[in-house]
Amino acid sequence: MGTFHQNKGELHGITVVVDTTGAEIFVGRCDTVTEQGVILLDGDVHRDGDGGRSKEEWVNRASQFGVWKKFDRLVVPTDKVASIRRLGEVAG
Amino acid sequence: MPYSELLVRPMREELTTLGFEDLRSSADVDGFFGQTSGTALLVVNSVCGCAAGMARPGVREALEAGEPRPDRLGTVFAGQDLDATAEARGHFADIPPSSPSVALFKDGELVFFLPRHRIEGRTAEQVAHDLRAAFAEHCAVAAGH
Repeated sequence: MGTFHQNKGELHGITVVVDTTGAEIFVGRCDTVTEQGVILLDGDVHRDGDGGRSKEEWVNRASQFGVWKKFDRLVVPTDKVASIRRLGEVAG
Repeated sequence: MPYSELLVRPMREELTTLGFEDLRSSADVDGFFGQTSGTALLVVNSVCGCAAGMARPGVREALEAGEPRPDRLGTVFAGQDLDATAEARGHFADIPPSSPSVALFKDGELVFFLPRHRIEGRTAEQVAHDLRAAFAEHCAVAAGH
């Protein structure tokens, strides 16, 4: 039993990693994937190299316990999206 | 904003019928964590069906498999019992908040944590498998078994 939201896509409610064609990589709870982009809730973004961490290092760390919410809502434009995968499928 | 208690009650009962102590206040949480010897399982419950819909059945399946299992069981409800949830999360303050999630403590120390993103999209059996592995590593089999 639970609260389910229909017609939001198969990734709705799932914590995902959205990698981009640029320096940024996002982690957040997927709300919707539209023609305009991926809308994430309660997420964070990392720029490659910030804090001495590559994108991969940051995501691997995130995969262990998650990320601290820095943004209520994030939109990753479709033309910047390189890949979307579930954070739970990332080996930490 | 909390949901109607009418909606939430069955989700609470999925755990309380398994023997979970329903920790609704900070004082309840203090009491639960006041006893530090042995093992304690804390479930951060949630209304979200995307993940919690598998979390609670997974917890049930893990516990119903028998020994080894935690000595004590407690649950807080994220988004409903705000003070209790904040108090409970203070016991694993280095970990980003997520709900549902499951924390296992041994002698007062956090030894295992299953965050929301390790529950989402998985089956109850898979969640139970992870919990059983943690119980096997950290929980003692009760005397007489």
